[in-house]
Amino acid sequence: MDVIVQLQRQIVDFTASLYREGYVDDQFTQLQKLQDESSPDFVMEVASLFFVDCEKLVNNMARALELQAVDFKQVDSHVHQLKGSSSSVGAARIKNACIAFRTYCESQDREGCLRCLQLVNHEYAQLKIKLQTLFRLEQQIVAAGGTIPVLQ
Amino acid sequence: MARNGVVSMHWRSEKIDGFDLSPPDDEQVHVLAVDDSLVDRKVIERLLKISCCKVTAVDSGIRALQFLGLDEEKSSSVGFDDLKVDLIITDYCMPGMTGYELLKKIKESSTFREIPVVIMSSENVMARIDRCLEEGAEDFIVKPVKLSDVKRLRDYMTAREFRVKNQQIGNNNNIKNNNKRRLRETCDLSSSPLSMLFSSSSPSPSLSPSSLSSPSSPSPCLSPLPSPPILSYSAPCSPTSLDSPTRRLKMSSSD
Repeated sequence: MDVIVQLQRQIVDFTASLYREGYVDDQFTQLQKLQDESSPDFVMEVASLFFVDCEKLVNNMARALELQAVDFKQVDSHVHQLKGSSSSVGAARIKNACIAFRTYCESQDREGCLRCLQLVNHEYAQLKIKLQTLFRLEQQIVAAGGTIPVLQ
Repeated sequence: MARNGVVSMHWRSEKIDGFDLSPPDDEQVHVLAVDDSLVDRKVIERLLKISCCKVTAVDSGIRALQFLGLDEEKSSSVGFDDLKVDLIITDYCMPGMTGYELLKKIKESSTFREIPVVIMSSENVMARIDRCLEEGAEDFIVKPVKLSDVKRLRDYMTAREFRVKNQQIGNNNNIKNNNKRRLRETCDLSSSPLSMLFSSSSPSPSLSPSSLSSPSSPSPCLSPLPSPPILSYSAPCSPTSLDSPTRRLKMSSSD
């Protein structure tokens, strides 16, 4: 029992920190509301899809920015897509990085774009680690026979 | 129990689905969701399913038209009767055909123009919203889509479905129901329909609350009917409660 209580406390604290530090926002809470017995791994599934999508788009942006003549509209289109999906899953830091990124695309600032790309990549890596930690904690609780606490 | 319009809706679904207590397919709202983003499709699909909708999710306007059988080149193999799409929800910004273009194509079709179309967009641009509404979109949702957005749509669909079904009852039972509708609309005590309604000779169709709240089995997904015009149907009209015309009208208009 103690183990479960401890794990639950860990999850609550960890999740609270994710919100506090701006990694996730209210939309992430929405996703958690969509998870239930009929779809117990929903958040993890969406997160996985998002990370795959993110990687693909980041690669596309990198390739587009490598060209001699950068097609900023093309870069912007990738950023726009990433902004959309990060917003849909509540990945707030990535979304904000994309918003900044778009202004550099608009002003056709290649250096600025490259800096933003680096930031996006960094935030993606960070979020991935954070969410993997969260999912691992959740799996541990379930394995120990406990239930995942809902953060109010 | 009288075999009248509303109750027979209840009865019909039990008869068709003798063994299955869940709402039969034709009672569920079937939504066609269109979005080029896989992540967004996954989220909207779940939002709709958890709100008790049947979902078909496609990744482009072209595929949506194909599914509906509107595409000139390749039609869906499914017959129109089986499709029964009740609502189309589409992203605005998509490569190829935009949500706006899809909306136009649907509104141009005599078969499908009655289907409500909802547009989703990450950009909260007034001009865009206006354009879509002008073209006949039912609603415009700013992304990210939340449960409350889908619930609003679901409530709208329930109310709409109910309106349609009651129109069907009206067609079967013309005079009485025409009078009742007028009664609800005008709430005029002095009009003659009132005297017809309260005549003891003919049994009026009973609109008991239980048959209104859900088509068949009690479902947590179907929320109480929201908008005033629909709630006026909830006033019980069984002969036993006809003692005070004023009270009855107050009940129907206060909700």
